[in-house]
Amino acid sequence: MIRLFSRDLTLAVRAGGGFGLGLAFFLIVTVLVPFGVGADTAQLGRIAPGILWVGALLACLLSLDRIFQLDFEDGSLDLLATAPVPLEGVVMMKALAHWVTTGLPLTLAAPVLGLLLNLAPAGYGWLVLSLALGTPALSMIGAFGAALTVGLKRGGLLLSLLVLPLYVPTLIFGAEAVSRGASGQAATTPLILMAAITLGTLALLPFAAAAALRINLR
Amino acid sequence: MPELGKYAVWVLSAYGVSLALIVAIVLQTVLRARRVRERLDKAEARRGNG
Amino acid sequence: MKRMSLWEYANPKKFMATTNVVLPWISVLAAICLVVGLVWGFFFTPDDFRQGSTVKIIYLHVPSALMAINAWLMMLVASLIWLVRRHHVSALAARAAAPVGITFTLIALFTGAVWGQPMWGTWWAWDPRLTSFLILFLFYLGYVALWEAVENPDTAADLTSVLCIVGSVFALLSRYAVNFWNQGLHQGATLSMDKEENIADIFWYPLLVAIAGFVLLFVALVLMRTRTEIRARRLHALQMRERMG
Repeated sequence: MIRLFSRDLTLAVRAGGGFGLGLAFFLIVTVLVPFGVGADTAQLGRIAPGILWVGALLACLLSLDRIFQLDFEDGSLDLLATAPVPLEGVVMMKALAHWVTTGLPLTLAAPVLGLLLNLAPAGYGWLVLSLALGTPALSMIGAFGAALTVGLKRGGLLLSLLVLPLYVPTLIFGAEAVSRGASGQAATTPLILMAAITLGTLALLPFAAAAALRINLR
Repeated sequence: MPELGKYAVWVLSAYGVSLALIVAIVLQTVLRARRVRERLDKAEARRGNG
Repeated sequence: MKRMSLWEYANPKKFMATTNVVLPWISVLAAICLVVGLVWGFFFTPDDFRQGSTVKIIYLHVPSALMAINAWLMMLVASLIWLVRRHHVSALAARAAAPVGITFTLIALFTGAVWGQPMWGTWWAWDPRLTSFLILFLFYLGYVALWEAVENPDTAADLTSVLCIVGSVFALLSRYAVNFWNQGLHQGATLSMDKEENIADIFWYPLLVAIAGFVLLFVALVLMRTRTEIRARRLHALQMRERMG
């Protein structure tokens, strides 16, 4: 299981797609927003929590189709499915590897981008905390979507259509926690609710994703 | 025609668009049903002959 | 006489035979209820003293919104039945219901917008209910797209069923999340649409008829579309056999 995780990690690093692309995308989205809404710093500060969360979410989306696609194409997914490890565990490890290569760097990079968007000083802690708690759910939900679409030739677009509605609760609570924190209100309630969603997702979705994989490998 | 007052445009457009959507889904359902049925009948007939 | 079980109708042949008899009646009844309910509502009910004639939109808005949600529930139940008991009719019925559900969602959203414009002064408000419906619409789109994308019919049925179940959980979560989010942003600016609670009888009876009409319309459309799906699948099987020689 741990071998699988490290293998995925090295593959992602070697391909360079995971780390670099997601982060670059996140950066570009953040840089583009002021061009769209104007350079008024007060206004930017107000919308910064939402922009950062939406940007992180979209950056997460970019690399989702790679979670299972390569392994499906070269047949190693079949091997994994017949291996003595439970498929649920495989899904979990894949999602974890995806999180380490996208969610974690995004979380660490977010404060820097927060500076660009003039996020209020009180918001930084909440931003990092909410992303750290929320992005695992994004990876897990994404792994579920990737499992659904793994056999499809042009699954990428469909994957976004399937996964984005599932991101709504996490996005709402995450962005809400940051904007409350940034404006000095109590932000623990949305944060706790989001953590609950993340935990529930991590507990239940591996089963759904493994079921979808089994169906696709039939 | 009932007196709709100043809201006539809103009420009429609500009814118009809704009925159009209902008619559209009914038509689509009926037409596809007919098309599939015809093709199935043809296929069954081919099988019967061959 | 042999005891009839509900599962008998899960047999495609039995389903086709039964619906062949029932469908015309349901269709006629649906048409009657729809026409009576809507004509009654549109022509023969008074205007509301606050809302004026816009209250007439209720005969479209409430039934379509109701059925938009119930269609998804029906798909959820049908998906569960398919996953547990492997009845093909069930999977096909879920597929058949989705476009009808989309249509009802669109009607609910549109009538909501043209009702909201004169009453609240805006086409769209990020009110919890409206937002939830928009999200429901997205879920419908994803569901239909997945059905269309997967070639093998059984695989498609399985995958969409799993998506429907997971989607239901997340749709419910979104409903509560959206409630939370909106109250967090716009305190006090609640746009209550709970007119059903204190609605007068004079609006209530035509509304009931209209709701019955939408329910029957839904049933008729789903039955007809399921019949088409069953035929399409048989056609597919025949064509495959022909190609095999």
